[in-house]
Amino acid sequence: MKIAVVQFPGSNCDQDCLRALLGVGRIEAEYLWHKETSVSGFDAVVLPGGFSYGDYLRCGAIARFSPIMKAIVSATAAGMPVIGICNGFQILCEAGLLPGALIRNQRLHFICQPVWLRTETTDTPFTTQLEKNRLLRMPIAHGEGSYFADSRTLEMLESQNRVVFRYTNASGDTTPESNPNGSLANIAGICNEERNVLGMMPHPDRAWDRRLGSEDGKLLFESLVANLELAAAR
Amino acid sequence: MATAITAAIVRNHGLTEEEYERIKSALNRAPNLTELGVFSVMWSEHCSYKNTRLELKKFPTTGPKVLVKAGEENAGVIDIGNGWAVAFKMESHNHPSAIEPFQGAATGVGGIIRDIFTMGARPILLLDSLRFGPIRGHSPQARHNRRLFAGVVAGIAHYGNCVGIPTLGGEVYFDESYEGNPLVNVLCLGVLRHSEIVRGAAKGVGNPVFYVGSETGRDGLAGAAFASRDLTDESKQDRPAVQVGDPFKGKLLLEACLELLASGSVAGIQDMGAAGLTCSTCETASRGGTGVQIDVALVPQREHGMTPYEILLSESQERMLIIVHGGHEEKVRRIFEKWDLPYALVGEVTDDGMMRVLEGGSVEVEIPADMLANDAPVYVREATSSHAAIRVPIEGIPRSDSHRSLIVLLAEPTIASKNWVFRQYDHTVRAGTIVPPGSDAGVFYVREADKILAVTSDCNGLYCKLDPREGARIAVAEAARNLVCSGAAPLAVTDNLNFGNPYRPEIFWQLREAVEGLAEACRRFNTPVTGGNVSLYNQNPTGAVDPTPTVGMVGIIANEDWITRQYFRNEGDIIFLVGPIGEEMGATHYLKVVHGRKEGLPPRLNFELELRVQQTLASLIQHGFVQSAHDCSEGGIGVALAECCISGEIKMGASVRIGNATDRMDLLLFNETQSRAIISVSPEDADAVEKHCATAHTPLTWLGAVGGTDLVVTNGQETLTWKIAELYETWYCSIENIMSTR
Repeated sequence: MKIAVVQFPGSNCDQDCLRALLGVGRIEAEYLWHKETSVSGFDAVVLPGGFSYGDYLRCGAIARFSPIMKAIVSATAAGMPVIGICNGFQILCEAGLLPGALIRNQRLHFICQPVWLRTETTDTPFTTQLEKNRLLRMPIAHGEGSYFADSRTLEMLESQNRVVFRYTNASGDTTPESNPNGSLANIAGICNEERNVLGMMPHPDRAWDRRLGSEDGKLLFESLVANLELAAAR
Repeated sequence: MATAITAAIVRNHGLTEEEYERIKSALNRAPNLTELGVFSVMWSEHCSYKNTRLELKKFPTTGPKVLVKAGEENAGVIDIGNGWAVAFKMESHNHPSAIEPFQGAATGVGGIIRDIFTMGARPILLLDSLRFGPIRGHSPQARHNRRLFAGVVAGIAHYGNCVGIPTLGGEVYFDESYEGNPLVNVLCLGVLRHSEIVRGAAKGVGNPVFYVGSETGRDGLAGAAFASRDLTDESKQDRPAVQVGDPFKGKLLLEACLELLASGSVAGIQDMGAAGLTCSTCETASRGGTGVQIDVALVPQREHGMTPYEILLSESQERMLIIVHGGHEEKVRRIFEKWDLPYALVGEVTDDGMMRVLEGGSVEVEIPADMLANDAPVYVREATSSHAAIRVPIEGIPRSDSHRSLIVLLAEPTIASKNWVFRQYDHTVRAGTIVPPGSDAGVFYVREADKILAVTSDCNGLYCKLDPREGARIAVAEAARNLVCSGAAPLAVTDNLNFGNPYRPEIFWQLREAVEGLAEACRRFNTPVTGGNVSLYNQNPTGAVDPTPTVGMVGIIANEDWITRQYFRNEGDIIFLVGPIGEEMGATHYLKVVHGRKEGLPPRLNFELELRVQQTLASLIQHGFVQSAHDCSEGGIGVALAECCISGEIKMGASVRIGNATDRMDLLLFNETQSRAIISVSPEDADAVEKHCATAHTPLTWLGAVGGTDLVVTNGQETLTWKIAELYETWYCSIENIMSTR
């Protein structure tokens, strides 16, 4: 089994994602250059954080035109698990694989700080090893991470149980103070209707080693590997 | 048509008549205008250190762990074990940031990053040492200072965050002397294997010379010369001398160069930083003992009609000069194309020792490379001692309300929490940050080398203003103390000397005193200087900045269990002061902030005591006794105690008894005597800690215990009580509140 970590020219969490995946063990993980046109040979894809093309225009707006994105869009239609973290989430929204958009943080500054996340659903390949309402600790680091969607989209996401993570306080309550960037409904991560594509602003790739103060992020990668193993056994 | 070189042209290039004569006699002819431009940037203070070279020789630069010495290359390299090494250096971008804070700071970050990967190292962390004028209030100056502060922080974030290098902290000071001339010093550290160290030399006659990176434009024309002048009200017209940064290009260049270096095709590499193409060609040739010939007509250009003069002196960002082993051209082209980087084959290495620049067929510049790089005049400047700082008698300081004074100090931007700054920097990318910004030192796990590093930067400009030698010694001591408090053993130092105009004897005296103080302290702490930067002419219309010899220090934490944070962790832990209670009030922040007096004799550093305190702290940490350790600096024991209570995620109170009933509370709490740290230990270890310190003859005072929701301090006569929530609110929100003032 092999997982691809896509490298856009300005990706800067590619090494962190690769190490986090290899840290789980039992799988292979490799970089996949954005100029490639195929994901064949891979069982899942990670779109890492960074500034894919400098993002001077709008985050992820150019990355969606990368040759590899066409291959990823068709692979997701065939059910391949894809996770986009931070800039990866922005790219998934720009590519139309996830609804809504990530806009400038409410207070306009870049924000880097640890946050608490509440698990809203375990029904994605990345969250099966979590329990519903489980709190996770990991950092955010972004300037444009405020999740926005029109009210119809928001209702749809809620009714289909597609909000995967919400920002909360340490007790698990969604309060205005615990919402770091002004995201609607404290949304930190969502999935597509088929539930195989997850986008999230916080960084599980920076929370998988006790030295980093939290190993909670590892649970997402472990869930993915376990699900790939299950699928392979079938 | 050749322009005749007049005295006015020479002067406008910042060269003296004597320097012009020196050029003529060395060339055996008069230079043309382009050549004069080349000399003017290479012989500027920024590139040649002509006024400071003799002083910088005083630094200790060798040691068993030094792999590449200061001055030999773009950055020094230090062994960290396991076959791995670190390259690190600090550099300033003060003048550009004064004119255009966002781009000035951003390009400062870009420049130092390139210096580090030029050594073959992958940059893994940044620190920023910043100085601004006061930001409080509604005056036009305060508003301007806020704009500079916000712009610089955003510029640093813009570049560092995009390239994906965590900014692990640094310091921010505010003082009137930096009004109009902020200081922006950036430290970058990279890791590499010993076998990967790259030299910036043009080796191999006939080897092709490639230009790679952004196209050359007219931005930053002669910025090195700009940085070697006083800032004046007219400096705003120098805005074209400020470069514009493109962090995305910087990131591409970083990755492409590291890939290229790993490919074994590179014979030499040099960043086009200050003095751009000029500096990179003559320095690589000079280091390689060769010559370099390039044709400016082949250089990728952003604008039409650029003259050789402009192309050579441009400081457009994100450009590198790479000398490739003959026969490897195709491999190199493939890597540039993979990363979509503009590149061009612009010349070759020659054997005649000349820096020769052609435009098409005609020779525009022909100067011995060595003469440009190494034969700049070296000056001994006149130095006159400023009148000595005078000890402030304690009786001369009116008693103040110590309760209020602590609140005032915690709200003072220099002392208040810098979370407003650090939150804007990505400090968690690369998944190695163990202790984030805001503690005594940033602590980072270098995964590739399996090593834990601690980094800090320090300099109290107020001390240096009142006694530059002592201030510089203290800057080194405090940096070392910060590292020791976080569990590290200090390894080496990089410094950034920020001073005013060296032609003024009192400024040159400050510089010499500070250099000698730094040198002495670096010897005593066994931390060689691996390189750094000198920034002079930091003047505004009212005078020079306070002398600010910023010290960046890197240490290594040998055992993960030794990592120590500054904040209290457990209710009931016993609080000790390691080091003397102290009584020195001169040059303190208390005197400055509460009494409005920027005066007095700064604290004296006693090396024996300092070393003993640091050795004791290290030993206590290594025995596993220490739950938290925090160095006492600006604001003394009072501020340090408060920070121990409020800087952790869980805030904790404390009850402390200090001094005697007859002691003045303000003196006990706010004196800034050196060689002190506050530690907390488990009650069951308290006896062992006391015995340990007694054996080591290290002063130790039992202060009290962690617990409750208040900070309570008594001298037996007077008891002060602060609500932890109030202290926290004051300290944490101060800068944010100030920055939202209109």
